[in-house]
Amino acid sequence: MMTAPPAVSIKNLRIALPKGAERPFAVDGVSLDLRPGKIVCVVGESGSGKSMCAHALMGLLPDTVSVTSGEIQFEGRDLLKLDDDGWRDLRGRRLAMIFQEPMTALNPLMRIGDQMAEMFEAHGLLTPRERRAKALSLAREVGLPDPERIVRAYPHQLSGGQRQRAMIAMALALEPAVLVADEPTTALDVTTQAQILKLIRNLQRNRNMAVMFITHDFGVVADIADQVVVLRHGKVVEEGPAATVFNGPQHDYTKALLAAVPSMHPPPRAPLDDQAKAVEVIGLDKTYVTSGGWFREDRRVDAARAVNFNILKGETLGLVGESGSGKSSVARLVMRLIEADRGTVRIGDTDLTQLSGKALRTERHRIQMIFQDPFASLNPRRKIGHIIADGPIAAGLDPKDAFDRARDLLKMVGLDAGALDRYPHEFSGGQRQRIGIARALALEPEIIVADEAVSALDVSVQAQVLKLLEDLKSRLGLSMLFITHDLRVAAQICDRIAVMQRGAIVELKPTAQLFAAPEHAYTRELLAAVPGQKERAPAA
Amino acid sequence: MLSFVAQRVAKGVIVLLAIVVLNFFLIRLAPGDPAIVMAGEAGASDQVFVKQLREKFGLDKPLPEQLFIYVKGIATLDLGFSFRQQAPVAKLIAERLPATLLLTMSAFAISLALGVLFGTFAARFAGTLLDTGITIFALIFYAMPIFWVALMGILLFSVTVDWLPSFGYETVGANLTGLAHAVDVAKHLIMPAITLGLFFMATYTRMTRASMLEVKRLDFVKTARAKGLSDSVIQRRHVLRNALLPVVTLAGVHAGTLIGGAVITETVFAWPGIGRLMYDALLQRDYNLLLGVFVTCSVMVLIFNLITDLVYRLVDPRIEFAA
Repeated sequence: MMTAPPAVSIKNLRIALPKGAERPFAVDGVSLDLRPGKIVCVVGESGSGKSMCAHALMGLLPDTVSVTSGEIQFEGRDLLKLDDDGWRDLRGRRLAMIFQEPMTALNPLMRIGDQMAEMFEAHGLLTPRERRAKALSLAREVGLPDPERIVRAYPHQLSGGQRQRAMIAMALALEPAVLVADEPTTALDVTTQAQILKLIRNLQRNRNMAVMFITHDFGVVADIADQVVVLRHGKVVEEGPAATVFNGPQHDYTKALLAAVPSMHPPPRAPLDDQAKAVEVIGLDKTYVTSGGWFREDRRVDAARAVNFNILKGETLGLVGESGSGKSSVARLVMRLIEADRGTVRIGDTDLTQLSGKALRTERHRIQMIFQDPFASLNPRRKIGHIIADGPIAAGLDPKDAFDRARDLLKMVGLDAGALDRYPHEFSGGQRQRIGIARALALEPEIIVADEAVSALDVSVQAQVLKLLEDLKSRLGLSMLFITHDLRVAAQICDRIAVMQRGAIVELKPTAQLFAAPEHAYTRELLAAVPGQKERAPAA
Repeated sequence: MLSFVAQRVAKGVIVLLAIVVLNFFLIRLAPGDPAIVMAGEAGASDQVFVKQLREKFGLDKPLPEQLFIYVKGIATLDLGFSFRQQAPVAKLIAERLPATLLLTMSAFAISLALGVLFGTFAARFAGTLLDTGITIFALIFYAMPIFWVALMGILLFSVTVDWLPSFGYETVGANLTGLAHAVDVAKHLIMPAITLGLFFMATYTRMTRASMLEVKRLDFVKTARAKGLSDSVIQRRHVLRNALLPVVTLAGVHAGTLIGGAVITETVFAWPGIGRLMYDALLQRDYNLLLGVFVTCSVMVLIFNLITDLVYRLVDPRIEFAA
């Protein structure tokens, strides 16, 4: 087959970071071609420069960085030589972009239809009436339900998937030759992600568009890519057709990245049936009521409906489901950070739901939490030593002993004891998550609640942190409630998995059994939506 | 939306009642007896006369009863009788309120318009000399006492160049009507309104600037750029509109308090408004008048808060008409 000439040709692109950054170039000599009708996935971990490439192609680089050399050839000219007017003319019309977070990428004060119509307005096309009509037909084309209503809605009135569809409709309005998609499905649930990927794929084929698809998720790459470019520290380490890269990665870094992607096949696990119960949850109910005021009905959201489960000593129970399914609420109920409407939580023999005041506070150390966001969960103005030792000191331990313990814990999670006197911003995301783990362990808990504890991490770091958690769990005899939206992660770390939907557990089974023979329709839907299952199968 | 307004009005009445009760007792708690002050000024401080005065004005009744009578009066817009000025309080306030509203609302409009304008420029040219210049200009008027700015204004524009009148609401004795009267009032208004407006302008300038710089970094601005929109459209439609939300909140707080807060400006320019009425009532221990002014100011604050909430809901679709 003849390959079409490239729509876009990036040659030897070099983007300088400001002085004092950790490396001189964000993008260091990257060359790649985008061809009509093909999707090029640019993959890499955070800081690899993939997003910078995308922004350079749109002329949307932040002011702090500068292109020092290279060219971007498009329709016979070098984009890097364009002035502001030249860029404005191309953006939206020939080059379009969609972003990671559709909520923040849409203006919250403008109706969806108006934001779509703006696309035509920006290039002086059509009359206002025609623009509105076009917005409606675009909304229909990307499969938005009830398009008449949606074009008149504001972004906050749409779901995440609908917002991303609206973004896509907007980007495609002027039938651009090139679409740049910067992590467009990262903020979405798996089932929504699968739909959006399919939509992008279909539209791109129908319109013969060249697509540059930025992602960190190899599963997504496997599902969507024609061509793969692997970036590391701003340099291309490997590129080639998707099948070749997946089945025969050449570079060690690519191999390591692929190996770090958790497999969908759960490893065999020793049975724990004879163990005592560490946590017992019976009939938990929690409804959030948003008061509607005097003349309006209250709004009710069921966060937990008759939730029952046990966690045995040394067991990891996974809680999976999509956003809004109630996973995090259940975690908070179990820790009694929020009060249940009904139900009982027992830690060993203690009924946590009956305690209050000092009695509750003395029991709290038995169950500790690790949070999702390693940046937001550490107080930026407190040194690591204090962050870890505060709990034990509050519980009555002598400060000197508490700091000694903090030092030991840092070693245990694989950090240097010198970290004690440093502040959170001096650490990377993975290191911070290790600090979060040390903090949780400082109170010598029996149970750890990990709320999306590895979701914000790059795959290679994620694999390390998961290994650390596994290791600590078996060494310290901990039980774990592991909350995740990522079924691959759940497959690797959980003994049993509970699937949650709209506040209720719809299926709870040993991990291997759940993956092999899912019974509930929703479980099957979730499993099917996990990206990267088709193409990877023969390689495994 | 109607139910929202009804709700807010109902809550406002409760708040107002609480304010009235609180003020009523606060004033009575202050040392000094108005009957004695009045008798003293009349030159007859014997017990019988004081007692007569007390009975005449209902000051001999127990406090709860006085309060009840007062609250009942308010419900019929009767704010009582000013002992000192020998006129109904409601009438005195009604005479002064338009002048105060004219002054404060003009000042409010000036401060908001200039503040947003300067703030937008400062944000657009952030880090440049223009930005620094605007900031210094705004802060000078914020830092200078109002009375001093007022005096300097009078010195410059009335005494030195004689462009504007130095005091009052209109030219006394000119008996102007129609357009000529309006122009006369406008001339009198310029200086006090600008003096008061410049003070509040600084806050809006800083707020608009900070808010615009914040919004500029948000993703949807990048989306707008990716559409190929021109910079001026992006600034106006996407950045400014979003940046104005916190400014609206602040302006709402100011608008209410401005009514009672124009005392200094009204005094320096001899502007016949509520602020000066309150000042006089305070010195003369005119309980009913003072309370009346307080109630009026409270009602204004409540009204402006309601307007702010309505405006806010109008400009931000994310906020629904709920309690």
